[in-house]
Amino acid sequence: MSTNNNIAQARKLVEQLRIEAGYERIKVSKAAADLMSYCEQHARSDPLLVGVPTSENPFKDKKPCIIL
Amino acid sequence: MGEMEQMKKEAEALKTQIEAARKAAHDTDMASAASGVAPAPRVQLKTRRTLKGHLAKIYAMHWCTDNRLMVSASQDGKLLIWDSHTGNKVNAVPLKSSWVMTCAYAPSGNLVASGGLDNMCTVYNLKTPVIKTVKELDAHTGYLSCARFLSDTEVLTASGDTTCALWDLETGKQKTVFLNHVGDCMCLSLSPDMNSFVSGACDSLAKLWDIRDGQCKQTFLGHTSDINAISFYPGGNAIITGSDDCTCKMYDLRADQELITYQDAALNSGVTSLALSMSGRLIFAGYDDFNCNIWDSLKGEKVGVLSGHDNRVSCTGVPPDGMCVCTGSWDSFLKIWN
Repeated sequence: MSTNNNIAQARKLVEQLRIEAGYERIKVSKAAADLMSYCEQHARSDPLLVGVPTSENPFKDKKPCIIL
Repeated sequence: MGEMEQMKKEAEALKTQIEAARKAAHDTDMASAASGVAPAPRVQLKTRRTLKGHLAKIYAMHWCTDNRLMVSASQDGKLLIWDSHTGNKVNAVPLKSSWVMTCAYAPSGNLVASGGLDNMCTVYNLKTPVIKTVKELDAHTGYLSCARFLSDTEVLTASGDTTCALWDLETGKQKTVFLNHVGDCMCLSLSPDMNSFVSGACDSLAKLWDIRDGQCKQTFLGHTSDINAISFYPGGNAIITGSDDCTCKMYDLRADQELITYQDAALNSGVTSLALSMSGRLIFAGYDDFNCNIWDSLKGEKVGVLSGHDNRVSCTGVPPDGMCVCTGSWDSFLKIWN
């Protein structure tokens, strides 16, 4: 019966919301600080952020060889 | 009061409670918190490789963990394995169904997977003398939008049937079904510690799931249209989403809320795909307007653009070593930039 389905769905929704309501949140200030700290710590080893020196770039443009 | 009425009341009360709890945690916003951070440098990347080989729209690509090989999927009915350093095609896998929407490389490099409108996830072994189909994972009742390997024995899928599933590759059966979305699931991303994953769906919600107990732990609201792309931030504490509402958003898992929206009044195309640089600082987001915009993830500013495709950018990917970004497009080409 569709009413039973609706009640089952409603129960599921309430169950799910109870789980989510019970979550212990941290403050945004702490979350933001941790994210910024992570970025800062890893910035120097982020090739796309600091750039890739040509000598170390596996994708550097292949130049044709000129035979003199 | 009937049970239905009671349930509705309780649901509303819980939603109000959650909203209040999120507000209480919102003691600052990301823009203020990051005001002291030096802006990311203007990012100007060059196309280093244009990979030509597909004969129709490219829908997906995925890097191998060796930072060199990658797999791409096109509606020309093929998976192509590329050596990104040389630009050469290493393998071609003909697909039974050309309506492919996703592809994935196993962390081991031994297997690849694909799937789409055939509702199945097909797994291939690249290491046998001739590429063989290992398994056809067949149980979803809707299209396969995304697949990711946890290992050579487990695969996670997202489907248009509104579910995600964890499969055992030895039996070919679903071990766990993740039920909670009310719209087509469009994308998924594994957490760095592999204990959870996030999914984005056409119900405009992102959800965090525990892989082992199958439970939806958190739901992230804010988008106003389909979420097409999702990725964990490298540290595992945040996620980035991209949507048909033309914005990307960052949600923090522990604060359980949206921290930033990446948007621009001039941008009115949906986001199709996204990838993060190694530190998480840069977001590469592919749009329907043929561009890939680069965002400073902390300050929310656009810091660059990758222009060069002649059609929608459908997929983006950064390899584990962060040395480049790959974009794939409906123009049938893949480009590698750094």
